[in-house]
Amino acid sequence: MLSEILRHAARLVLLVLAQGLILKNAEIGPYINPFLYILFIMQLPFETPPWLGLLLAFFTGLLVDLFYQTPGVHTTVCTFIGYLRPGILRLMSPREGYEFGFQPTMQYMGRSWFISYAAIMIVLHHLFLFFLEVLSFHEFFSTLLRVIASSGVTLLLVLVVQLLFYRRKEAA
Amino acid sequence: MRNLLVFFVRHYFFLLFLALESFAVIMLVQNNYFHRAGFMNSSNAVVGEMLEARDEVTQYFHLKEDNEQLSKQNAFLLSRQASSFAKFTGTSIQVKDTIYKQQFEYMEAGVVDNTVYRRNNYLTLNRGSLQGVKPGMGVIGPEGVVGKVLQVSDNFCTVMSLLHKEAKVSSRLKSDGTFGPVSWDDASNYRSATLRELPTHAKIKKGDTLFTSGIGDTYPAGIPVGIVESFGIKSGDQYYTAKVNLTTDFKALQYVFIVKYLFKDEKDKLQQETLKNAENAK
Repeated sequence: MLSEILRHAARLVLLVLAQGLILKNAEIGPYINPFLYILFIMQLPFETPPWLGLLLAFFTGLLVDLFYQTPGVHTTVCTFIGYLRPGILRLMSPREGYEFGFQPTMQYMGRSWFISYAAIMIVLHHLFLFFLEVLSFHEFFSTLLRVIASSGVTLLLVLVVQLLFYRRKEAA
Repeated sequence: MRNLLVFFVRHYFFLLFLALESFAVIMLVQNNYFHRAGFMNSSNAVVGEMLEARDEVTQYFHLKEDNEQLSKQNAFLLSRQASSFAKFTGTSIQVKDTIYKQQFEYMEAGVVDNTVYRRNNYLTLNRGSLQGVKPGMGVIGPEGVVGKVLQVSDNFCTVMSLLHKEAKVSSRLKSDGTFGPVSWDDASNYRSATLRELPTHAKIKKGDTLFTSGIGDTYPAGIPVGIVESFGIKSGDQYYTAKVNLTTDFKALQYVFIVKYLFKDEKDKLQQETLKNAENAK
């Protein structure tokens, strides 16, 4: 249990640092701003109590805002995502519910489940984030393009991280 | 009472969400009055230190560009020496040393953090209140205008880049001196901005250079802003709107100058007194 908590804490620190020190300044193009850090919120265990997930999401947003000098922006978006996550998980749950000890990763849940889960979370996050940033529908299509392009890149990064760090469990 | 408790227990998740979200939105809204939101920022000491540590490593990757920029900077400084002094005449006695009085002071600063592809971009510089930086000071680069200091901690300050939804620079045409505000409307291109509200009698032409007008006390007059790329009058408008290529390459910024306007206090005081007297006269 304790090692589990430590693993999640380490993931939070690493993802926020990677986001704030590397991805933020990678600056690939005007429409591509990937936000890999939401992988932390995505990977919280299924059994996380909703209130804890919400608080952790809020806290993640605060940390990212520190690096992006945008008080409130990421906090607002992350809190919203943290609020939606239990509902999304409920909608996507297999008929007999999630098996105990399973985690929302590709190795446990399979490729297609994970990709759709990740895509839903990422698109919601980016959609809300980029429109909040502009705070109007004035630049609607350029913002939408930003959402689509950035979501694609974030999803790609999430999949790369999954393939790199979570090796398929060998059949023992 | 019991029903109330039941209500809270049943909807605790939604209520918690509302509480956290309102907190976040308050933070977001207060940030619009940027000078007030001092409690959270990358001039925040810890993040500032981390950014600088990263910069220690990454600065080696662009030494060549830095050298080129520094030598350009030297040329720029040499050519600007005279123009940062204002001439004071009209007094009956002129002692040689007081003909010129320094009006602007420049402090060099390193860029430890910078973005160009966000809708609202900020820079972090490694100079802070201990070095005399104050919110509202202008920031210029070797090639032209960069932005305005937002917040200051002991050793760092954050700068609202010209590449920001709320940034505006009052600019003057080189050819005939008419002026209008330049802002960053096309968020997909960090090299180009828009000049608005230029009166139609202005003799604007393609390739004309825009300089800061010196109105307001953020920038000295005559700092390059951009070069006119194209212009026209939108239907229904009384003004020219022009597309401007910014002279500053924001992506390559490594060193900048923070501009200190030495008469700011005197000028502010005079303006406030004028307003006060005008109100008293009513």
